[in-house]
Amino acid sequence: MNQEQLAARVLELVTGIAPDVEAASVIPGIDFRDQFDFDSMDTLNFAIALHRELGVEVPETDYSQLASLDKCVAYLTQHVS
Amino acid sequence: MASEFRLPALGADMDEGTIVQWNVAPGSVVKRGDVVAVVETDKGAIDVEIFQDGVIREIVVQPGTKVPVGAVLALLEGAEMPAATGARLKISPAARKRASELGIDMATLQGSGPGGVITLEDVEHAHPAPQPTAHPANTGASSDASSTASMREAIAAAMSRSKREIPHYYLSTTVDVTPATEWLAAHNAAAPVAERLLFAALLVKAIALTCVELPGFSGFYRDGRFEASPAVHVGVAVALRGGGLVAPAIMETAGKSLTALMDDFRALVMRARAGRLRASELAAPTIILTSLGESSVDAVFPIIQPPQVAIVGAGEIVTRPWVVDGAVQPRQVVTLSLGADHRVTDGRLGAQFLARVAQRLADAGSL
Repeated sequence: MNQEQLAARVLELVTGIAPDVEAASVIPGIDFRDQFDFDSMDTLNFAIALHRELGVEVPETDYSQLASLDKCVAYLTQHVS
Repeated sequence: MASEFRLPALGADMDEGTIVQWNVAPGSVVKRGDVVAVVETDKGAIDVEIFQDGVIREIVVQPGTKVPVGAVLALLEGAEMPAATGARLKISPAARKRASELGIDMATLQGSGPGGVITLEDVEHAHPAPQPTAHPANTGASSDASSTASMREAIAAAMSRSKREIPHYYLSTTVDVTPATEWLAAHNAAAPVAERLLFAALLVKAIALTCVELPGFSGFYRDGRFEASPAVHVGVAVALRGGGLVAPAIMETAGKSLTALMDDFRALVMRARAGRLRASELAAPTIILTSLGESSVDAVFPIIQPPQVAIVGAGEIVTRPWVVDGAVQPRQVVTLSLGADHRVTDGRLGAQFLARVAQRLADAGSL
């Protein structure tokens, strides 16, 4: 997966766990929390989705590195085999 | 014998709904608990379950039609009739008096009390009864602005009623939850990602167990008296991103393992935000937890959702200087609050309630 494909996949997962978020409105550089009140429940659901769909197990201590679309892509680029 | 399937009440603040879709047709065999219809309400689209086994004989209300709570939606055959029409009406004296005053036909009321007894609340609920009005089929997806406005109205109605009728008392206590957060971090580091827990899950379980132990906090105040609920269903207030909130229940909370409770909790929040809650989940809460842990506030002074009699609030978990064994240490603390109904309990029991919740959090591993 290149970065663009990865970003698209992440966006799909985010809107999958937060169906009330519109994919087109997500700004890559801004934290999900500041854009649409992503909370700890959303973050947990997101981590579960990443594990299920991409096989990446993100430890709780790394959650802050998943805070925005850009940060997710950077983190996953290192961790997706 | 045929029986009637009626639009159930979804808590104190909903009095009508629009049928969006039927999942069954005449001849469909249904079992208790099956989702048979989708109804658009102030709280979004709700999956409505049927309460008895049987065969659908007739769909009475067509999609696109707005009807009041209690309206007959469909007729069922081969079902046990809970209270046959024409049989002696089960209605409390206060409810009977009020229904006469309001000129409400008692036979049209659906009882929510024990054994289907019509309570004063059911009567108040039916008044003013909106007439069933046929709306042009509106796919149910009302615009965001109008559904937000109608949810605001529903919240306003319920909270105004609460402040008008319920003599609240409020208590709060700040609890050192460092042992709980440490236990949680260790658990989450070792558990597979799908079995990780949130602090709120510990709190929900601690509240549920305390409700089993101390009477007077989990149940409903109806008809001038408190009815304790045999089962504890802790409702969790879920803020919706478009504004407003709903508080669906984690059913049978006290008997669930933390993992099972967390699974339900996660699914509930997702469905609440997707607008796919079940009617039973909205009507069931016997007590509610409202957690503003991520809104950077220390404490919440929560308002009871009638007909419940208590609500627990939690603020943000923050690191504060705290005295432990005579020395000041940085500790993780949270302020828990209780809003409770003075008609049912007093501050002394309320204080005991919060203290027991705090003790349970201190020993998170045994939850």
